[in-house]
Amino acid sequence: MPFTLRNLVYKDILKIGHMDIPENKTTCFIGESGAGKSTLLKLLNKMYIPDKGSIHYKGTSLGEMDAVTLRRKIVMIPQTPLLFGESIEENLQKGLLFSEKSPASRGDLERVLEIVRLDKNLQDQSEKLSGGERQRLSLGRVLLMRPEVYLLDEPTSALDEETELTVMKKFVEAAKSHDGTVIIVTHSMKVAEQYGEEVIKISKQ
Amino acid sequence: MDKGIIDIGLWRFIAAYAFILILLFIVKLRGISREKQIVIASLRMTIQLIIAGYILTFIFDNPSPWLSLLIIFIMELFAIFNIYKQVRYKLSKQLKCTVAVSMVIGTISCLFYFNIIVIHFTPWYEPRYFIPIAGMIVGNSMTGITLGLNTLLGGLKEQREVVEGALMLGATPKAASKKYVDDAFDSAILPTLNNMIGMGIIFLPGMMTGQILSGVSPLVAIEYQIAILLGIVGSVALTVILFIYLGYKFLFTDHAQLNI
Repeated sequence: MPFTLRNLVYKDILKIGHMDIPENKTTCFIGESGAGKSTLLKLLNKMYIPDKGSIHYKGTSLGEMDAVTLRRKIVMIPQTPLLFGESIEENLQKGLLFSEKSPASRGDLERVLEIVRLDKNLQDQSEKLSGGERQRLSLGRVLLMRPEVYLLDEPTSALDEETELTVMKKFVEAAKSHDGTVIIVTHSMKVAEQYGEEVIKISKQ
Repeated sequence: MDKGIIDIGLWRFIAAYAFILILLFIVKLRGISREKQIVIASLRMTIQLIIAGYILTFIFDNPSPWLSLLIIFIMELFAIFNIYKQVRYKLSKQLKCTVAVSMVIGTISCLFYFNIIVIHFTPWYEPRYFIPIAGMIVGNSMTGITLGLNTLLGGLKEQREVVEGALMLGATPKAASKKYVDDAFDSAILPTLNNMIGMGIIFLPGMMTGQILSGVSPLVAIEYQIAILLGIVGSVALTVILFIYLGYKFLFTDHAQLNI
C-alpha cells in the first residue's frame, strides 16, 4: 500500500478512520462537493498537514519526509489548470524544471501532446488555450515528470464526456506504463466506473 | 560676487504659502474634499522643519558622537515603523524583525562605507555631513524596502494558486517564489535607477540644488550628488537583498507551504 491513513482529522472538513490506497492502480475519490476530496489530495502531498492522525507513504510517515522531496514523487494537479510560461513547450517543461529533472526531448513533448489529445504546436501560446485545453496541458506536464503518484483534482471537468473518457484512458495507460499510481478526484461517475480500479466515497462531515 | 545664500526673510517666506492657498482654492472649486489634509500637511511640514532646524543648529554647534548616533537611531526607528505602517499587508513578527535587521545592517554599513571611504570626513560623527547623508540613505532604503515588500507580498497573495501549483509540482519555495522576489527587487530599485537616468536632464536633485544655492561650485555639488546616488543605490539594493535573503523563508512554513 503506498498510502495508509489512520484516524485522520483535518479541521472540520475531513475525518477518516482508516483508508488504504493501493499501489500502481487507479483510485477515484467521489463524493458531494464540500466533502473534503480536494483537501484529502492536499494532505497526501503535504500541502496541508493533518491536525490528528497519520498518513504513511510506503511505510514512512509523511511527517518525517521532506515536503519538496515528497512532492517530486507525489505530484498534484489542482482543480484550476495553471499556466507556467508563454509557449506550450515552456509549460510542459516547467514541471521537470521545478523538480530539477532534465528537460524532455522534442519527441517526448510531442508524444505527450498526443496522449492528452492536445492538437497544438509546441511553440503555440498557452494564453490562448481554453479551460479544457489547459487541463490537458496540465496532464501532459505531469505525465512528463513520471512521478510515483499522480494526484489529479477534477482533471477533466471542462471537457465533454467523450473527450474526457478518451483523455483519461490514454493518460491512465501512460501513467501505468511506468508503474504510476493514479488518484483522481472526479465528479464523473463514468470516469470512476471506467478507470477507477478502486472507488472511494468521501462523505461530508 | 557674494556666493552666500539670500535669506528669504519673513514676509517673502510667508508669501510662499500662496501656493497652498491656490491649491486650497482649486480643491474647493473642484469639490475635492482634501482641504483638511492639505492644511494639516502644510502645518506639519512647517512645524517639523522648524523644530528640525533648531535641533540641527544645536547639534552642529555641539558636535558629539553620541548625538550623531542618537539621531541615526531615531531615523532608523522612524523608518522601520513607517515601513510597517506603509506595507499594505499584515506582517508576521519574524518578517517585522527581518525588516528591522535588514534596514539597520543595510543602511549603517553603507553609511559608514560612504562616510569613511568615499567622503572621508573627520571626525567620523561630524553632524554637518553625517546627518544629511544618513537621512538620504535611510529615507531611500525605507522607500525601497516598502515598495519591495508590497510587491512581494502582493504578488504572492494574488498569485497564491500559481505559487502553490508550483509547490505541488515539487518546486522549492525559492523556485516557486522566484518571479515575485525578482519583481520585488525591481520595484525597490527602479525608482532610484529612474532617478539616476533623469538626473541632470529632467531635474536637478535636491541636495545638489541646495549646495548650488549655498554657493558651492556646481562641479563640487555634482561630485557629491553622484557619490550619494551611488551610495543610495547600494544601500537600497543591499537592504532589499538582505530582506529577501533573510525573510523569504518566513513566507513559507517548514513544510514548504505558503505562509501568508
